[in-house]
Amino acid sequence: MHNKTIAELAAGLRAGEFTSEELTRAFIERIKAHDDRLNSYITVTEEQALAQAREADQRIAAGTAGPLTGVPLAHKDIFCTDGVRTSCASKMLDPFIAPYDATVVRKFREAGAVMLGKTNMDEFAMGSSNETSFYGPVKNPWDLGAVPGGSSGGSAAAVAARLAPGATGTDTGGSIRQPAALCGITGLKPTYGRVSRYGMIAFASSLDQAGPMARTAEDCALMLGAMAGFDERDSTCAEQLVDDYICGLNNDLKGLRIGLPKEYFGEGLDAEVAGAVEAAVDEYKKLGAEVVEISLPNTNLAVPTYYVVAPAECSSNLSRMDGVRFGYRCEEPKDLEDLYKRSRGEGFGPEVKRRIMVGAYALSSGYYDAYYLKAQKLRHLISDDFKKAFEQVDVIMGPTAPTPAFNLGEKKDDPVAMYLADIYTIAVNLAGLPGISVPCGFVGKRPVGLQIIGNYFDEARLLNVAHKYQQATDWHLRTPEGF
Amino acid sequence: MALDKSDVQSIAYLARMAISEEDVPAYAENLTSILTLVEQMSAVDTSGVEPMAHPLEMAQRLREDVVTEENRRDHFQQYAPAVENGLFLVPRVIE
Amino acid sequence: MEWEVVIGCEIHTQLATKSKIFSGAATAYGAEPNTQACAVDLGLPGVLPVLNKEAVRMAVMFGLAVDAEIGRRSVFARKNYFYPDLPKGYQISQFELPIVGKGQLAIELEGGESKTIGITRAHLEEDAGKSLHEDFHGMTGIDLNRAGTPLLEIVSEPDMRSGAEASAYMRKIHSIVTYLGICDGNLQEGSFRCDVNVSIRPKGQEAFGTRAEIKNLNSFRFVEKAVEYEVERQIAIIESGGKVVQETRLFDADKGETRSMRSKEEANDYRYFPDPDLLPVVVEEDFIEALRKTLPELPDAKKDRFIEQFGLPAYDAGFLTSSRGIADYFEQVVEASGAEAKLCANWVMGDLSAALNREDKTIEQSPVSAEMLAGMLKRIVDNTISGKIAKEVFEAMWSGEGDADAVIEKKGLKQITDSGAIEAVIDEVIANNAQQVENYRSAEPDKRGKMIGFFVGQVMKATGGKANPGQVNQLLKSKLEG
Repeated sequence: MHNKTIAELAAGLRAGEFTSEELTRAFIERIKAHDDRLNSYITVTEEQALAQAREADQRIAAGTAGPLTGVPLAHKDIFCTDGVRTSCASKMLDPFIAPYDATVVRKFREAGAVMLGKTNMDEFAMGSSNETSFYGPVKNPWDLGAVPGGSSGGSAAAVAARLAPGATGTDTGGSIRQPAALCGITGLKPTYGRVSRYGMIAFASSLDQAGPMARTAEDCALMLGAMAGFDERDSTCAEQLVDDYICGLNNDLKGLRIGLPKEYFGEGLDAEVAGAVEAAVDEYKKLGAEVVEISLPNTNLAVPTYYVVAPAECSSNLSRMDGVRFGYRCEEPKDLEDLYKRSRGEGFGPEVKRRIMVGAYALSSGYYDAYYLKAQKLRHLISDDFKKAFEQVDVIMGPTAPTPAFNLGEKKDDPVAMYLADIYTIAVNLAGLPGISVPCGFVGKRPVGLQIIGNYFDEARLLNVAHKYQQATDWHLRTPEGF
Repeated sequence: MALDKSDVQSIAYLARMAISEEDVPAYAENLTSILTLVEQMSAVDTSGVEPMAHPLEMAQRLREDVVTEENRRDHFQQYAPAVENGLFLVPRVIE
Repeated sequence: MEWEVVIGCEIHTQLATKSKIFSGAATAYGAEPNTQACAVDLGLPGVLPVLNKEAVRMAVMFGLAVDAEIGRRSVFARKNYFYPDLPKGYQISQFELPIVGKGQLAIELEGGESKTIGITRAHLEEDAGKSLHEDFHGMTGIDLNRAGTPLLEIVSEPDMRSGAEASAYMRKIHSIVTYLGICDGNLQEGSFRCDVNVSIRPKGQEAFGTRAEIKNLNSFRFVEKAVEYEVERQIAIIESGGKVVQETRLFDADKGETRSMRSKEEANDYRYFPDPDLLPVVVEEDFIEALRKTLPELPDAKKDRFIEQFGLPAYDAGFLTSSRGIADYFEQVVEASGAEAKLCANWVMGDLSAALNREDKTIEQSPVSAEMLAGMLKRIVDNTISGKIAKEVFEAMWSGEGDADAVIEKKGLKQITDSGAIEAVIDEVIANNAQQVENYRSAEPDKRGKMIGFFVGQVMKATGGKANPGQVNQLLKSKLEG
């Protein structure tokens, strides 16, 4: 059962081949059997999952089931889940039992999906390797010596290892796409505003976006259909109708204009990764697509710009973690200042502290113009690059990450090297565009991802383009050895 | 921009985070390298460019003035670090 | 050296919305701690703000009332600082682009002349919670019910030159916001609070002196007193060769002094930046124009009308229009009583105001309604009671003994207008005071005027004050002369 896609599981449930309870139990058993090696879950909610599964079985029997009813899924531990610890992989929120459901969680619950548990991640989604988690690093199921990518590394590893058929992720600078690429699964970051951010613990509010992570584009389409849509609790959520992401999956790609930004194939790109991506592009040519070389001239500015905007926003977003109303509080604070300083000093890990400090510095008096305001202006230029590109092409393609998964510990003490792992994904967040990563090959044992970037709210096309590729190739069907 | 130890301490104070003395040099080094990366921005002429705060050009939506939330104090305070008589407790604040 | 005082004010008005500025929690005052603090107000992880339409409407109304530019595109920014009553570690406010820009209003100075005070801006923001310092084992308790209550912070130009002007300005803003119905104006409950920036400079000098900010003044009188104290303090410092320090001070109303707020002295770096959870607020022209049409008559216009329509002196008209509640009350009294406006004005400004002040009540809390006062004035007009007896009736109404007619009836205060009955009393008074009668009759005619007072007093005493004073005078004269 665990090798089936979400679409297949949904069909099986409706056909009565198995019950949701059986299915859920099977995944729980797999998590118990295999997750010791991966550490992809922070919390497994076995009892609730089985209760939800039984409810789903009733819905299926009553004929009131939707496409996801009874399908077990995992949530990144950044989404608030009522009555369940929501830690953001931080000591700071280790004691935090969320008192409400995030909109995304609520929508999946209402759709009848079963929550298996909460997946591991980089602390507060800050990282590209899942090594900053308070609960320890996640391992890449394809190679236990490699990182799964981050920050949604737990979700990516769990899906790749068949410990969940699908999982939610969040993407602030590549946190869905990069781990999807490194773990050989499909991960979609929707347009900013497509999915509600309510209840998703904010890292950088103007960049964060939730999205689906699954093995296939079709599964991502099913999940996105459930997640997306207007939410009156999120001012930045778009009042835009949700497309039917399934019906156009098989649209013909003849005449599709693909832009290849020359800046995405230059220095720093692993040759084998480049080869895999180029082979994927050739596959698209076979499917009738036209390829155009384009330029995104400000690409090199994306990382510097991002590392001002994201830390600035996070430095403010994380100020509420103060040990007063929820979460971690230091032992016996001697005064108010001590309460703040020690609760935050002890509660946050080093990467979170670094980013908070960079952000506080970039916003501080005397530096605001040179850092924060400058970054906002560059953000405009980067965004304009894409606007111009989309006048010529329908989608943009390139590598998701410059290299396959790196070794655990390899970049842990070099933040700047780590930041450059997101060089191709970050600009998409700055512009607010949708992007998807699709498995397109391997370098040795380690998977490679193809990134496809779309225009605003063009997720249906991205899913169509990804799906057609997956109909023609089988990279997404490979299983990591031992799982 | 190279940050020294006292810069690190003053930024840490701004963010109300205790940083132990022995960790300060590593932070100084890391923050300096991050700021060096970031300073690539200054090479670009951005005169006449409007700052972009949001990816989408939308206006703020307005909520009707209706009370929709009820009292859920006990639920919210269930896991609070220190509570008494419905109040969150902190070390004494002197004004 | 002759010093010039320079004062600018920042007034925080709580907007009278039902729900908070960014959440659907109630704003009602006085609830049990933290029972009106929802997930958004508590700043729980993951929550997001959504702006209350009514707060925007109210801010624009204020802008229109002070003839200000309306920010067609305003932006919310975060003001970052740590304080336990500030749940998110930042306050959502407006910084570079406020919703209300430059405007102005006129204040009335002593002696009747008026002065224009510039409004720099007014911006929307959220209120903080409250720290309760009662003893919780040496801890401070935090109540976040107030957190997220909408505030309109109104910033003036440094146009005021005395404590009296600052106080007049504060009263004027108070009357405008209450006229507009955008603030309940309740000073005790903190719905209306004023920070004043005070500095001095040698007369004629253009550059400003160093200012001190006196925070959280919640009474018109305190503003005046705090400024007076602060000016004396600054003059004393400078004249003894010292320098004024830029700082935040608190006014101690009991001592009538300002003192430094040491805890806030450290230089704050608020790291303002646009709040990424909120989008620019766009106010359309037709929205503004529609609101303009709903603007109520404002204090200045109402005052002019009172002078014109009721023939009231400027002082009376100013007093009666100082709050919308008083003005409405007065107009109701005039209409319901049919009495002369001046008589109505005298009662509202006299006995009623005195009673309200005595018991620290607002006009809305008056136990004597406009209808009740009008009912009593009718009885003065139709000679059922005298003005003097009316005072007794008023006090009885005030203490809940019913309306004027009931009180007059119950207490038997109906005026005696039957000349036969009055004459009988006069005869008795004359008979019992032979000596005084003798004196009166032998006095020079021009001295008799004063002496008759004695007899009037005796007659009133004998009738329990109920005899019609005009009749008593007339009848006494003819009898004594006779």
